[in-house]
Amino acid sequence: MSTYLLDKFLYTVDRDPQLVERYRDDPAGTLDWWEGEIANSLLNCHPAERSTWLRFTDAERQAIREHDHVALFQLGAHPFLTLTLFIAMFERDHGPLEYQKAYARAMEHIRLPYPDIAT
Amino acid sequence: MATVAAVIASTHHPFYYRASTSTGADRPPFADEWVAKIEAFRATLTRAEPDVLLMVGSDHFHQLWLDNMPQFLVGKAPFFDANWYNEEREFGLPRMLLAGQEDLAAHILREGLDAGFDLAFSNELRIDHSVTCPIITLRPEADLPIVPVYTNIFAPPMPRPSRFVQLGRALRQLVESWPADKRVAIIGTGHLSLELGGPRQFGEHGPDPEFDRKAVAWIANGDIDGCLAEVTLDSLHAPGNATHGFMDFMLMMGAAGDGAKADHVDTLDLFHTMEAYFTWYPEGALR
Repeated sequence: MSTYLLDKFLYTVDRDPQLVERYRDDPAGTLDWWEGEIANSLLNCHPAERSTWLRFTDAERQAIREHDHVALFQLGAHPFLTLTLFIAMFERDHGPLEYQKAYARAMEHIRLPYPDIAT
Repeated sequence: MATVAAVIASTHHPFYYRASTSTGADRPPFADEWVAKIEAFRATLTRAEPDVLLMVGSDHFHQLWLDNMPQFLVGKAPFFDANWYNEEREFGLPRMLLAGQEDLAAHILREGLDAGFDLAFSNELRIDHSVTCPIITLRPEADLPIVPVYTNIFAPPMPRPSRFVQLGRALRQLVESWPADKRVAIIGTGHLSLELGGPRQFGEHGPDPEFDRKAVAWIANGDIDGCLAEVTLDSLHAPGNATHGFMDFMLMMGAAGDGAKADHVDTLDLFHTMEAYFTWYPEGALR
C-alpha cells in the first residue's frame, strides 16, 4: 500500500495543465514516466535531492492506468484529489453535471465506512 | 486595543462567482435568490466598518501538501496572491492579489505560541477559494488587508473538534489584545454536510439535511456544548466524506463566544450542499 504515492500522483498531475492532458490521452505512458521521474522527487527541494523508496503496488498501477476512480477510492486515494483531476479530464465530454452524477452512480454500491484515506 | 467589529461564518461555495456573473441561458435558475442572500450577508460586514479581515480557511492541497502538513498556519506577508490554476479551470475563479496585515499576523503568531498553540507560519502564501470566496461574497472590492489562518480539515490525522473551538476562542482574544486602533472582522468558512468524490456527491440536496438542520441551530444559538457533545472526528464521516470542514464553523463558534446568538442567520438549500451564513456583532462593536 502506498496511499501517499497515489495522492502524490493525483496532486502533481492535477496542478499541471500539460500533465492533465497527457494523463487523459495516455494513462499508461504517463504512469510509466511518472513513476520513473517524479515518484521519488521531493517536491519542495532541489531536483538532485531525491527519495529512494517510493513505488506503487500492481493494484495501484492498474487503477491509475485504467482511469478507474472507483478503484482509486477503494485504495484510499484522497477523494478530493481524484474528483478534481477526473473532472478536469472528463467533464468536457458530458453535459452540465452529467459527469459528476455518473461518477457518483459508479460508486453507489460503496457503503460506510469508506476506505481510510490517512497517509 | 483593536476591536472585533464582527464575527462571520460562512460556507465557501466556489460556484457562486460563476453563478452570480453568468447571464442569459448560462445563468442558473437559483442565481437571483443566491445573489440576494449574499447581498444581504455582505451588508452585515459593511455595517461593521472593518479595517482588517482575519480570514480562517483551509488550503485544498494547493500549497500545503502531505510532505510537510501544518495543522494550523498563519500567513504573514505583505501580499497574498490568490486562486490557482485548477480553481480557474473548474470554477472560473479570477486571479487576485490581497494586501496582508503583518503586524496582526506577528501578534497572533507570538501571542498564540505563548498561549499554547504551536502555529506554523508562511511568508509566501498563495491563498485559495476558502479565503477568496468570502472576499468575493462579502468584500468584492478586495480592498482591506488580511491575515489568513489555515486549518487542516482535509488530511488526517487532524486536530479534534474541541481544538478548533479553542483556537477560535484564542483568535478572538488575540485580536482583542492587538495594540492597534483598528476594527477587525474575523471571517471563517467551512462546510455543512458535504460529500466530494464519493457516492453521495452532487445530489438534489446536501448529503445529510438532518445534520445540516442541527448544525445551523448549533451555530445560530452559539451552542458549543451541544455541538461538541455530538461531533467527533469519527462522527463527521457519517454526514458526508468532506464534512470535516464543519470544524471551521466550530472554530468560528469559538470566536463568537459560548451561547452567542448570531445577529444574522440565513441558509440556501442548493443541489450538492446547503449554504449557510452567520454574523455576530460583539456587544458595543457597532458604531
